[in-house]
Amino acid sequence: MSSLAQSQLRETFELNIGPQHPATHGVLRIKVVMDGEYIDRAEPILGYIHRMHEKMGENRTWNQFWPNMGRLDYLSAMAYNHCYAGLVERAMEIVVPERAEYIRVITAELNRIQSHLLGFGAYIMDLGGFTPLMYAMDEREQILDLLESVTGSRLTYCYFRFGGVYNDIDDDFITGTRAFIKRFRPQIPMYHKLVTGNAILMDRLIGVGPVSADMCRKYGATGPVLRGSGVNYDIRRNEPYSVYPELDFDIPVYKECDSMARYMVRMDEMVQSCRIIEQALNKLPEGPVMAEKVPKALKPPKGDFHYAVEAARGTFSMRAVSDGTNTAYRMRLRSPTYSNVSLFEEASRGMLLSDALAFLGSLDPVIPEMDR
Amino acid sequence: MSGYFKDIITGLKSLAVGLQITNKEFLTKPITLLYPHESVKMYPRYRGHIELVKDPETGRNRCICCGMCEKGCPSGCITVKSEKRPGVKGKVLTAYILNFTTCSLCGQCVENCKPEAIKFSNEYNLASTRREDYIFDLLQKLHPEGVPEPEVDPELLKKEQEKEEAAKKAAAEKKAAAAKKEAAPKAPAKEGGESKAEEKS
Repeated sequence: MSSLAQSQLRETFELNIGPQHPATHGVLRIKVVMDGEYIDRAEPILGYIHRMHEKMGENRTWNQFWPNMGRLDYLSAMAYNHCYAGLVERAMEIVVPERAEYIRVITAELNRIQSHLLGFGAYIMDLGGFTPLMYAMDEREQILDLLESVTGSRLTYCYFRFGGVYNDIDDDFITGTRAFIKRFRPQIPMYHKLVTGNAILMDRLIGVGPVSADMCRKYGATGPVLRGSGVNYDIRRNEPYSVYPELDFDIPVYKECDSMARYMVRMDEMVQSCRIIEQALNKLPEGPVMAEKVPKALKPPKGDFHYAVEAARGTFSMRAVSDGTNTAYRMRLRSPTYSNVSLFEEASRGMLLSDALAFLGSLDPVIPEMDR
Repeated sequence: MSGYFKDIITGLKSLAVGLQITNKEFLTKPITLLYPHESVKMYPRYRGHIELVKDPETGRNRCICCGMCEKGCPSGCITVKSEKRPGVKGKVLTAYILNFTTCSLCGQCVENCKPEAIKFSNEYNLASTRREDYIFDLLQKLHPEGVPEPEVDPELLKKEQEKEEAAKKAAAEKKAAAAKKEAAPKAPAKEGGESKAEEKS
């Protein structure tokens, strides 16, 4: 309790959650005005890990901005790589070889599973269950090893390049991924048995943290938050990019609008990602992984370019205004968590403090991506 | 009241199911490693800090000191120091300094390197409490026993010396001509000195 503020009618007090608090998944500070056990007003305060990524994009050359893409959302960096590659390829009109596009989809979907696994494990740990995190970490480690064998890094990937990918995947990766999918498929029903069916979890999640579709529209929330509110919206379907139109997968949508719905969307997305990876591996064509004739010193033509992808947490889109020089005139990053967390203030009004933390976890925020 | 008992029953049921899984997992082999005694195998593509490549033919680095790695680096953590040595083709690398504290392992330098003189190392045990420990001279790292002297090509050396002498001669001539031009209208008495210079050349 930082200070005691008295209103005329009732006694409220201010409470700081964070910035150094394990339940906020990073340096997110929430200033809460409490009325006893209930939240009167909760205001997320951002900016503790603001690194000026947008400004960096305007100062660095197009190629030099690559490592930043791995450091926005460190849990699903591949999707961010994909967005930047797509943006500049659209601007320069580079045609990417098909094999490279399939590799991009495979690695990005593996990355999505990895992100949801950690989200799942960490979320249950927020709610007080420690064991599922260990199980999730076990599976996640397999993915990290697979991706490390191809990209060279475990989290902050810098794997995609304009016109393709850094290096080709080998047979070890393909067999390893197939083996992983085979091993991972039966794990999801196990998670459901261990966690989803648990009476305590159901009590804490069902009916808690209602986020209506209207509220999502108002704040621009996307990803599992929006799909947990009954809106079937996924960039992979609504604004198809890469080779997603050629792959068959479902978009999990839940109409319950509560924390449980968001949790279930993530669990089902992992199954769908497995389906995507299997199909992409079967369809993987032979050929080069880099487009020919990509200039070293990139100078996209003058214009305004935009590209959007479905990252693990929602729609990530980039907009670049090029003035024909080797740096961008304006680089705008639209990050999903920023919009998702901004509805916290309205949705958490009148909630119990412990429920609010369960609700915050269901939004699955990644703070460096929110602050950019 | 029936809801109360129903809750207890479903709760106990879920507890039993959960415990069944954890007990089963309890009997499996642990997946963790005892780190200092065992360590993880690194993949050949693992991106450690960059290192210079030793050419198996010459036993030296392949760097041509073009500075493309330096230019392409987003965080400016590479400094290439080179000099011109008599009788050696191109520039000679004298120090390749990598400030690993700011490196983000993006691979722009490796990609930019035309002669493939740098690659990612597999080193990952790099713990230290001092920041200075992460400022590597990669040339020293490549040759810990001492940097070998570059091979001198005698023909090239001869050519260079000839060229240098020619250049010196040309410079002297130019100087003499300039002096003559300047001196001629002012002091014709100094002619003797000029002729001396001419003799010299």
